[in-house]
This record gives sequence, C-alpha cells and structure tokens, in this order.
Amino acid sequence: MSALIFLIIFGFALTSILGLVASGIDRKVTARVQYRVGPPLWQPFIDIIKLLGKENLIPSGASKLAFLGAPLVGFASVVLVATLLWKNNLTPAQTLGGDLIVVLYLLVIPAISLMMGGFASKNPLASVGASREMKLILSYEIPFSLAVLVPVIKAGFLIRLGELINFQAQNGAVAGNLSGFIALGVALLCVQAKLGLVPFDISEAETEIVGGPLIEYSGAPLALFRLMKNMLLFVLPFFLIIVFMGGFKVAGWGLLWSVLKYVGLLVVITVIRNTNPRVRIDQAVRFFWGPVTAFALIAVVLAFLGK
Amino acid sequence: MGVKLKALLKSPWVFHMATGSCNNCDIEILDCLTPRFDVERLGILLAGSIKHADILLVTGSGNRQSMERVKRLYEQVPKPCLVVAIGECALSRGIFIDSYNCPLPIDKVIPVDVYIPGCPPRPEAIIAGIAKLIEKVKSKA
Repeated sequence: MSALIFLIIFGFALTSILGLVASGIDRKVTARVQYRVGPPLWQPFIDIIKLLGKENLIPSGASKLAFLGAPLVGFASVVLVATLLWKNNLTPAQTLGGDLIVVLYLLVIPAISLMMGGFASKNPLASVGASREMKLILSYEIPFSLAVLVPVIKAGFLIRLGELINFQAQNGAVAGNLSGFIALGVALLCVQAKLGLVPFDISEAETEIVGGPLIEYSGAPLALFRLMKNMLLFVLPFFLIIVFMGGFKVAGWGLLWSVLKYVGLLVVITVIRNTNPRVRIDQAVRFFWGPVTAFALIAVVLAFLGK
Repeated sequence: MGVKLKALLKSPWVFHMATGSCNNCDIEILDCLTPRFDVERLGILLAGSIKHADILLVTGSGNRQSMERVKRLYEQVPKPCLVVAIGECALSRGIFIDSYNCPLPIDKVIPVDVYIPGCPPRPEAIIAGIAKLIEKVKSKA
C-alpha cells in the first residue's frame, strides 16, 4: 500500500510537476537566448490541459491497440523509473538489488514506445521517424551503458543505486575524479539524444518529417507523449545526479546544493540545444560509435586504473 | 467559460495552410514568429502536423486544385478548432476574383472565424486579428 502511495505521489505527481516546470524553464531560457520574451513559466501545464480537451483522432487502417497503447507504455515506464529513483534517493537502505540495470532497461522503453506508435500509425513520415529513432537507440546505448559502468567500477561493482549513493556520500562524488568526469560528459551527450533534443532530434525533425512518430497523434495520447518527454527532462538528469554526483539530498542546505546540481545540468542541456544545428542520422551514429564510445572506453580504463 | 476553452485560448497552436498564394502573406506569418514579434509569449507555436493544430491560418485565393485539399485538411483537424483567413485573396479572392480557376471564396468551403485584410497584412495586423479572435471566442462563451 505504501508502495502505491509512493508511486502516485513521488513517481507521478511530483515528477510530472517538476518535469513540466523544467520544460517551462527550458522554453524560457531558449527564448532569452534568442532575444525573445518567451512563454510564461506555466505554459507546458496549459499545453497539456489543452491537449487533454481536444478530439482524439485515430487514422484509418492504423492498429488501434498499438497506436493508443504506445503512449501508455512509455508513460508507465517513466513513472516507474521516477519511483525507483526517488525511493533510492530518499531511503537508500531499503531497495531491491540490481535496480541500476532495471533503470537502464526502463529508460530505453520511452524511445521504444515512440517507435511503436510511429509504426502503428500507418503514416510514411511516422515510419521514417520511427526507423530513425531505432538507429538512434542503437547508437547511444553503447556509450551510455559504458559511462554508467564507471561509477559501478569505482564503487567496487555495486549495482544497487542506494549503495552507489552511500559510496559517494563516504568517498565524494564520482564526477570529482577524472574518469567520472569524462563519463559524465559522455552520459550527458547520450541524455541529449535520449531526450530527443537538438542536435539529436533527428527522429522528430519538425521541418523535414513534421514531428516523426508523433505526426498522427492528437488529443489525449499526444498529451501523454508530451508529458512523458517533459518528465524525462527531469528524470534523466536526476539519474545522472544519483549515479555521478552523489544523489539529490532533500534535507537542510543539501536541498539548495541539489537544486543547483539539477539546474546546472538543465542549463547545459538547454545551451547545447540552442547552439547546435540538427545532425543527420548517419552523422549521429558515427558520432556516438566513434569519439563518444572512445571517450567512454577511456573513462572505463581510467576507472579500472583507479583514476 | 470551461477549463478546456480557456486552455485552448492560452496555447493555440497554428497550422499554416497556403492555398495557392503568392507567398507574401506566408512570409508575413513567419515574421510573427521571429524574435521581433515573438508570438510564443502568447503560447502560440507553429505546428508541423495538422493533427496538432488548433488554429488554421489560410492564405491564398483557393483554386480548384487546392480547395478540395483545404476541405479534407479541415476535416482532419481535431476539434475544437478555429480558422483565420489572412490576406485579400483569402477574403475575397483579390485580383483573381474573375479567374476561371477560383470559383468560390474560402468561406464558402470552410467556416472562417476571423478575416484579416491586407495585401499582405502587416505582422501587427495578424497579431491584432488573433487577439480579436480570442476576445470574440471569450465573449461568446
């Protein structure tokens, strides 16, 4: 019973509010970078409410179950990840073993749900977007897993998030070492691709394939997809904070420091997104399999050497 | 006024539909999205897909080829939605009123909520038109 309350309060309510606020900050900062005023901070909330009130259209010939099920699958996996992360963060002692691997798997599912919805909607542009998403997953998963391996090696092969937090509480954050710092940079680039932001918004490219997998979505399913993306904007940096930067403390002055960590990561993500053009899918695959994987491997070797 | 309508008026996503215009009105619409006029502060975003749109911005005189598509696209917009006719051609077919290829003005094919005259209308006029549309919907509800 308490697990259910945890799921609803922390996993869904708190994470979605924080995610929507983060998305509002992102849009506001983007506007200021471009010398604009920008939308009010609560604009993402209004967008979601508006989309929930719109008509829900299903394209004829589309697979209804997959089309409407895809946003639910993605949304559910994000809520589950958020619950696991909050649980680990608040009570590091009482969590299940090996949840780092569970979180890594669950973080792929939002992208897979986008692919599912894209292929189910029977639109050629959506299929192109979904196939690009698939290539993007294949390209960024290797460096991301390698980067997450670095704190695991540092902590002496612990694969429980709670133990990673405890290890960092005693020995300092992983990102303080050379290997941890390189791994954090690699993971940040992969997070950019996972969030589908410029320069890696190839699967949704508004100007060439008009929204990719989302092209046929309207009304409540689109609202769910947008909410999922906005929640990921909080969940993925939160995951990086737990794994690399010593967790998100919520008591006393620690809270201020934690918020600073999160805002720092968010600003880096926003600045990357505002200062880069979109790359092609082949360039993205070459980038992730080439230099990024090389850096991740260097970080792993350095971690084994104890740097 | 319900929450649904209030949210719609606070975040209207526009879809830009040219029915055979000379592109001047289209350029002025794009001007509204530039930092100088910045319509995103009103929550307005340019939607790429018709399924995401709340407001249709129709430009051009509407020839025989494109009017069928306009009608089909209007049926694809998730309701509630609003239609804005921008420029002299979209209002009354402009100089093409006697053309063999423009048998009907656009408001005979789809319901139009606001007409913005001008050849092309200035970005200020387009923003004022959208603001009047929002006022009109508010006073009706």
